[in-house]
Amino acid sequence: MSERVPVLRIGDVLLVSIQVDLDDQTVLNLQEDLAQQIVDQGARGVVIDITAVEIVDSFVGRMLATIAAISRMLDAETVVVGMRPAVAITLVELGLSLGGVRTALNLEKGLALLRRSGRSERT
Amino acid sequence: MNVPWAADDEPQTQPVVMNDDVVRVRQFARGLSQRCKLSLVDQTKFITAASELARNTLVYGGGGSCTAGLVRGRGRLGVAAVFEDFGPGIPDIELAMTDGWTSGGGLGLGLSGARRLVDEFALDTEAGRGTKVTVIKWAR
Repeated sequence: MSERVPVLRIGDVLLVSIQVDLDDQTVLNLQEDLAQQIVDQGARGVVIDITAVEIVDSFVGRMLATIAAISRMLDAETVVVGMRPAVAITLVELGLSLGGVRTALNLEKGLALLRRSGRSERT
Repeated sequence: MNVPWAADDEPQTQPVVMNDDVVRVRQFARGLSQRCKLSLVDQTKFITAASELARNTLVYGGGGSCTAGLVRGRGRLGVAAVFEDFGPGIPDIELAMTDGWTSGGGLGLGLSGARRLVDEFALDTEAGRGTKVTVIKWAR
């Protein structure tokens, strides 16, 4: 059984906070939902909060990179926020450094980053 | 690899036949690595390795099982997981262990990445006979 991760909108930014242990199908659903919502809502930025995520394996890591690439094509910028130190260490050792993905330490900094790059006016 | 299962702690076997099972293997690995008192970073590494290998069992092996439990060796406690499938096996082990090489649609980091995340890694496979991957992470 795969769940759907809720996508919230704040101004012109979409916010996704991952709170569950994701199975692969849920990850793929999220990718599609986000792409659709970016277009439907005319979003300019996407923030993915992984504060609660205890592990990011290569599948989830690839999802983050793919979402960043898809949103770029749809004229939105993605920031991944809240990565735990142990997750960062593990990802790099695994061989995934998520080169194309912008990150910020927390939600506030992530939103500020989008504001600075002119991606979000009022959040 | 002969796995030195802790005598007082029976290893448990779980099926790995659907997407949900990968999540269950992760949760199982998390519980074990906490009981083994691995550091937070080592817990994360072990659970991530288990997740990669469970997905391999499911996607490339066509499903199989995961047997995991505590191990004891040289006065240390550790956690081990054995992933077994009866799928097509791996004809070229060296190639399969190469970063970035994949026979499916993945990133090619499953086996090679998992090996970097654990202390001991053994791959037992033969074309047509299935694959068995054993990993151990020791508490420091």
